[in-house]
Amino acid sequence: MTVPRFWRRLKNLYRLIGTRCENCSEYYFPPRNMCPECRRTGQVVPFKFNGTGEVVTYTIIHSAGKDYAKHTPYILAIIKLDEGPRLTAQVICSPDDIHTGMKVKSAFRKLGEESEKGMIYYGTKFMPQEIK
Amino acid sequence: MSVGIISYGAYIPRYRIRVEEIARVWGNDARIISDGLMVFEKSVPDIDEDTITIAVEAANNAIKRAGIDPERIGAIYTGSESHPYAVKPTSTVVAEAIGTNSELTAADFEFACKAGTAAIQACMGLVGSGMIDLGMAIGSDVSQGAPGDALEYTAAAGGVAYIIGKDEQAAEIESTYSFTSDTPDFWRREGMTYPEHGGRFTGEPAYFKHVTSAANGLLEKIGTKPSDYDYAIFHQPNGKFPTRVAKMLGFSKEQIKPGLVVPRLGNTYSGSCMMGLAATLDIAKPGDRIFVTSFGSGAGSDAFSITVTDRIDDIRNSAPSVEQLLANPIYLNYADYAKHKGKIKF
Repeated sequence: MTVPRFWRRLKNLYRLIGTRCENCSEYYFPPRNMCPECRRTGQVVPFKFNGTGEVVTYTIIHSAGKDYAKHTPYILAIIKLDEGPRLTAQVICSPDDIHTGMKVKSAFRKLGEESEKGMIYYGTKFMPQEIK
Repeated sequence: MSVGIISYGAYIPRYRIRVEEIARVWGNDARIISDGLMVFEKSVPDIDEDTITIAVEAANNAIKRAGIDPERIGAIYTGSESHPYAVKPTSTVVAEAIGTNSELTAADFEFACKAGTAAIQACMGLVGSGMIDLGMAIGSDVSQGAPGDALEYTAAAGGVAYIIGKDEQAAEIESTYSFTSDTPDFWRREGMTYPEHGGRFTGEPAYFKHVTSAANGLLEKIGTKPSDYDYAIFHQPNGKFPTRVAKMLGFSKEQIKPGLVVPRLGNTYSGSCMMGLAATLDIAKPGDRIFVTSFGSGAGSDAFSITVTDRIDDIRNSAPSVEQLLANPIYLNYADYAKHKGKIKF
């Protein structure tokens, strides 16, 4: 990810800022500038998601690229936010504990870095709502 | 109008390593070390946690605890000796992550273990003078101890954020007093991975001189005595130093007990004293008086006299307590600890 590309998405990555159409009440993450349902009649405004949701499905990564090698095994999941939208994100928990339907909440973590001397990318991951 | 703590929030990573595991690797006697330091385990950051992520989590908990509108915050100062960037502020990331508007001042502070309390004092000044509505002062660290060094047994990870303001105080800060001198007891040169320290020199001329001077200075300034306080917190590089300095100053073991979190947490550096205050606010009753003295190597101490207000009961349970954050740890062996701390280079 280039620095300007990351910078443009800061609000979305840090605070789960997406959009909501005030005409049809549909939520969008990542944000959309136009509501595909309402088209010209849509009124799309920024919306901060609560950060809670559940695991729809997941995979456990055992073999990763070199930037993520020290994280393995890690969990990549599709999360359905309580407001509706689905997104792909890492879930911070043991591969033994992850399951579909698991209730999760957002956590602020390092997503990666450009290089040892490059920019550090921060953003949202998810973790179980109930700690075992 | 007086200035005080409007809200506070803490964050502690879930991982721990026991002193006996570190001692096993280096061939030391764990019992002698644990008994000597009064530390039994320390927190370890997750692989994707650093000073910034910990500061953000603590700040979010402070926002949540009192239901603060982040746009009211006019200053963010983050104290740490482990800012991820040498140049680029931690505080700007915190501001963006908690959702302040851009009309605020921000900077990072560094003064070994007391940068966080220096940030509180800066916020007190800005709030007291009317320049800002609310200020956020954070102490956050993922402190480093060289493999095999005495510091490795205590250098831990954690952070605490305090929101300072005038209205709806959960605790009034009645007064503060600082004592500072050029004392080279501990340092880390630019570009160096691990700090150096003066061994036993870190005790008498550094910790004890500065903590007692600041504490006695404040007691004298406002005309109080140790028995006037319900609780006291002193910087916790280990369990032994704050216990000893409390006795030297005339505070009892009962007064320091709720805030003495270091035996189960380790030294969270810029978060250390502030974590002890958070743990004390978690259990304090309206009207209780709390005495706090931080210490930062290099060296200096900031002392505070605090009185808890009725509002503490309204906000206390809206964010995790320090005790809840200390619960359910995941213990690491030394190899996993080394991986978490980045001691293994790929």
